[in-house]
Amino acid sequence: MRVPPASASSTLAPPAIAWAFVLPAALGLGVFLALPFLLSFGLSLTNLRLGSPLPMEFVGLEQYRRLGADPVFRQALLNNAVFAAVVVPVQTALALALALLLNQPLRARPLFRTLFFIPVVFPLSLVSVVWVLIYAPGPNGLFNALLERLTFGAWTPHDFLHDPRWALPAIMLTSIWQGTGFQMVILLAGLQGIPNTLYEAAAIDGAGAWARFWHITLPGLRNTLIFVALMTTILAFRLFDQVQIMTHGGPRNATTTLMFEAVQAAFARQQVARGAAITVVLFLVVLALTLLQRRITRERREGE
Amino acid sequence: MRHAFAQMLAYTALAALALLFLAPVLLMLAGSLKSDERVLVEAGSLAAFFPTDASLQNYRDVFHRVAFSCYLFNSLFISGAIVALGLVVNSLAGYALARFEWGGRRVLLAAVLAILIIPLEAIAVPLFYEVTLLGWRDSYMVQILPFVANAFAVYLFYTFFLDLPHELEDAARVDGAGPWRIFFYIIVPNSRPAFATVGILTFLTQWGTFLWPLLVTTTEEVRPLPLALAYFYTLPPLQWGDIFAFGTLMVAPVLVIFLLFQHWFVRSVVAAGLKG
Repeated sequence: MRVPPASASSTLAPPAIAWAFVLPAALGLGVFLALPFLLSFGLSLTNLRLGSPLPMEFVGLEQYRRLGADPVFRQALLNNAVFAAVVVPVQTALALALALLLNQPLRARPLFRTLFFIPVVFPLSLVSVVWVLIYAPGPNGLFNALLERLTFGAWTPHDFLHDPRWALPAIMLTSIWQGTGFQMVILLAGLQGIPNTLYEAAAIDGAGAWARFWHITLPGLRNTLIFVALMTTILAFRLFDQVQIMTHGGPRNATTTLMFEAVQAAFARQQVARGAAITVVLFLVVLALTLLQRRITRERREGE
Repeated sequence: MRHAFAQMLAYTALAALALLFLAPVLLMLAGSLKSDERVLVEAGSLAAFFPTDASLQNYRDVFHRVAFSCYLFNSLFISGAIVALGLVVNSLAGYALARFEWGGRRVLLAAVLAILIIPLEAIAVPLFYEVTLLGWRDSYMVQILPFVANAFAVYLFYTFFLDLPHELEDAARVDGAGPWRIFFYIIVPNSRPAFATVGILTFLTQWGTFLWPLLVTTTEEVRPLPLALAYFYTLPPLQWGDIFAFGTLMVAPVLVIFLLFQHWFVRSVVAAGLKG
């Protein structure tokens, strides 16, 4: 990894003082992050199961082999992937649309930015509970009633959160509602970083709104878009709170996720090694996504 | 003429979208002021968004049915402690990495950058057993200490201090001030934006934290609001008015902080976005 130098005229402090400055943070990160991180790899190579009569022993990649053969684990991984595949493009497009609307010279811009950002400060647990009522079954449920009006009565009410086909999409919509404002604010900042002179030059050349969007806005926003898309993808693979509260992984594993399975394995069934193995898989996904993003954005920077 | 029309179009679109985004919030606020039966009966109509028989009974019920003030204190204490301790610990580390040149710097900086990407979820299982061995379960400590040191906060402080001009420190050094004095009397007062950004971001994350307290707490005495809400919601009888009153009370502190310090919120989010 490339390590940038300290500030130009950095001070030569006595090492004892430098160490004293970093010690509390280094200790905390070491004990509560690096150590458990290494332990999770170690544990995943054992057969540790609390309350089991078998002694703990090294079993190599056995846990991973079992995970690969387990349909519930594969379902969880698939659910995370589907969730990401839908939520990331939809939420990013929606956030971009809002950011573009707000990037115009409107006097009420701060007001609307505030309004769209409000869901972001809502804790996910609260969001989940509120949306359980929105998805209430029967014609009295808000979402059912809305769809009934929109289809002029053709809609038959669903019990969204207990229907294997609707439960995951329902959680997706909830998450999009909560997350769009966050992306919007970042994209808006990215838009405001694009020099106005580019647009003025394009206007002189007679470029239309669409051409300006395509040739100036999108390229100027490229790295920001990649960043917000990556961050949302990582969040999609960490999905837990909504599942735990809204569906508990059901019905029939339709909404289970990596993290939900890890918690079930390690804490409900005491299969510590298996839980650790699942979180290692989760980490590897996050690592792969991060490396991919760094690579894409760097290629661009070098190509410029 | 064309400009005015475009502006009207933008405002119409924005207003429609804002209503859509605020609908769940209004549903919660209106519901918290209604009787429990009314919340359910009116959930499918426009009346769901208006307080049709406004009263504060649900709010009284929340305090009556569960130890709400205890949860509120727990959340404030835990989030507050993490923010306060974190600001000190992480800014010191960020400063040393940005300004001191010594043997450990490169390794530590590389470690911080590498650790940045490890999410809590990836270490939750072994961390749980670690704090169990330490005998920390079911305490404030187990919810505070593991989250004080934060790689992302160190990184944000580090980048901020890199850009800070050297003149102030040089002047203080000429006057004979040592590194500690310089840091607390010169650097900290001149770095309010960095402290506000990191503090707000930390508070927002900690206020909503759910997974970790779910794993490490079993008693009400130390339970924070998000977890308490999840339990309250499963507590029979299911009374939506009470649940919404609970939710409104729970989000009110962050909402107030957000509206007061909006400028900093937006800045911290953008910092998280553009530097992360």
